[in-house]
Amino acid sequence: MLSNQEVAEALLEKFGDQVFDFDEPYGLLTLSTSREEIIPILDFLHNHKNYQFIFLTDITGIHYPDNPGKEFMVVYHMHSFVHNFRVRIKVSLAEADIHIPTATGLFACANWMERETYDFFGIMFDGHPNLKRILNIDEMDYFPMRREFPMEDATREDKTDALFGR
Amino acid sequence: MADIELLPHNVPANADLPELVEELTTLNLGPTHPATHGIFQNILKMDGEKIISGEQTIGYIHRAFEKIAERRPFYQITTLTDRMNYCSSPINNLGWHMTVEKLLSVEVPKRAQYIRVIMMELARITDHLICNSILGVDTGAFTGFLYVMQKREEVYEIYEEVCGARLTTNMGRVGGMERDLSSTAVRKIKEFIKSFPPVLRELEKLLNRNRIFMDRTINVGPISLERALSYGFTGPNLRAAGLDYDVRVMNPYSSYEDFEFDIPVGQNGDTYDRYMVRNEEMWQSLKIVEQAINNLPEGPYYADAPEYYLPPKKEVYRSMEALIYHFKIVMGEIDAPIGEVYNAVEGGNGELGFYLISDGGRTPYRLHFRRPSFIYYQAYPEMCKGSTLSDAILTMSSLNVIAGELDA
Repeated sequence: MLSNQEVAEALLEKFGDQVFDFDEPYGLLTLSTSREEIIPILDFLHNHKNYQFIFLTDITGIHYPDNPGKEFMVVYHMHSFVHNFRVRIKVSLAEADIHIPTATGLFACANWMERETYDFFGIMFDGHPNLKRILNIDEMDYFPMRREFPMEDATREDKTDALFGR
Repeated sequence: MADIELLPHNVPANADLPELVEELTTLNLGPTHPATHGIFQNILKMDGEKIISGEQTIGYIHRAFEKIAERRPFYQITTLTDRMNYCSSPINNLGWHMTVEKLLSVEVPKRAQYIRVIMMELARITDHLICNSILGVDTGAFTGFLYVMQKREEVYEIYEEVCGARLTTNMGRVGGMERDLSSTAVRKIKEFIKSFPPVLRELEKLLNRNRIFMDRTINVGPISLERALSYGFTGPNLRAAGLDYDVRVMNPYSSYEDFEFDIPVGQNGDTYDRYMVRNEEMWQSLKIVEQAINNLPEGPYYADAPEYYLPPKKEVYRSMEALIYHFKIVMGEIDAPIGEVYNAVEGGNGELGFYLISDGGRTPYRLHFRRPSFIYYQAYPEMCKGSTLSDAILTMSSLNVIAGELDA
């Protein structure tokens, strides 16, 4: 059984201070890195001959508008079948420079996951073979999962949040 | 005789014929093609009847569930989840409840866990039943499909008995089930366990060793294990390619570790293997249902978590605490703890994941659904490259792409 400690130490040894903010919410090893190191880390975990994180579970984005310089976050989930071990890797991006390298070279499934993230958050995955909208229409000129877009019709005055306890 | 008019078929072989132009055909498969069982478009480039490449357009029934979820209290998100994979809604519902319970650290009693297992396995049976019988329809055997629909109907009657709805079930609550299994539900489940095997055996007899069916499906739309892993396949489609990854076994939830069942695997990852894996999984699911209903533990069917689980209506009318909790839950006054959870269940099509970030409010800060259909459907052009159009239809059918789950 692989322990969080062991993987964290292996990553620290290989990448030094490029991996930081280690945490384990509900037992799942979580760490942050910079966008320069994300592909090397994914590659390291994927091709590690002992760990074998061969399964990229998920890529998604999060918007933190109140976090200047780190408005966006891309979250990767990986899974090692051999050890039944999951790891979560986060990369923070600034809104002014919203670029991150693509993982499509490592995992074929990253293609649509990254397109979905681009579609909803506008995160640019550099080097992606076909970075265009996937679920929304091509003509859409905003990124709907960003927090500044309210769900309900903003022109209505009869539906205030206070009435709904939010 | 020299001035006879030359008709086209009389033209001598050595005459100057226009040069033969070779062209590729572009074919729009979908968005509303009846053979695709859902609304998605494939723009296929074809050389005669062979597919050279395909471009997919999806999102026709995108409903922005992740955005809607950001404005809804946890218990109202359940109704969004059952609209994803609507062939096995209870798995989605209960998977969502388990995610919230993990966030809230609520322990669900054994009885509720067993009831959940029964419902999830029945849902898996209906899911696979649809997929396999539709595969029969696509190869030309309509009878089997209509025949097994009767059994799906019976499962839907069990759903009705347990939660009141049939398709969009909204089953269970955060913290347990909304009601106990009634005696009618137990009777219906036991009847189903008895009456389903003959029907499934008959479907097997119709298709499994049927020469036409085998010729149509063996080596159609194959994918190697390596590619399947790279494409993030999970569930029956990955198992057909030869890897026995099943969330129920690898990370047991809801007491799956109590039950004895096998994980069938295929070898070639082709349409026939996918069919056979689903077929065997139905037997295994039935086995689990049988074990669960026979060993159903006594005890409460919901957790002792009054701040999250709606109190019984009778209590609300006569007890002050119950009334307060009822009001607070319905009005969304209950805040969830701050946390970050990834929880996966084995859905009908594979690993159905919920990535939930709570900032301590009544609604999720961010909720992301890892939808298996969405992730593996991108392999489709690669899988049907070089095959005929009729085989491509079978490949799509055996992948069991559910439009609701694909687009969320």
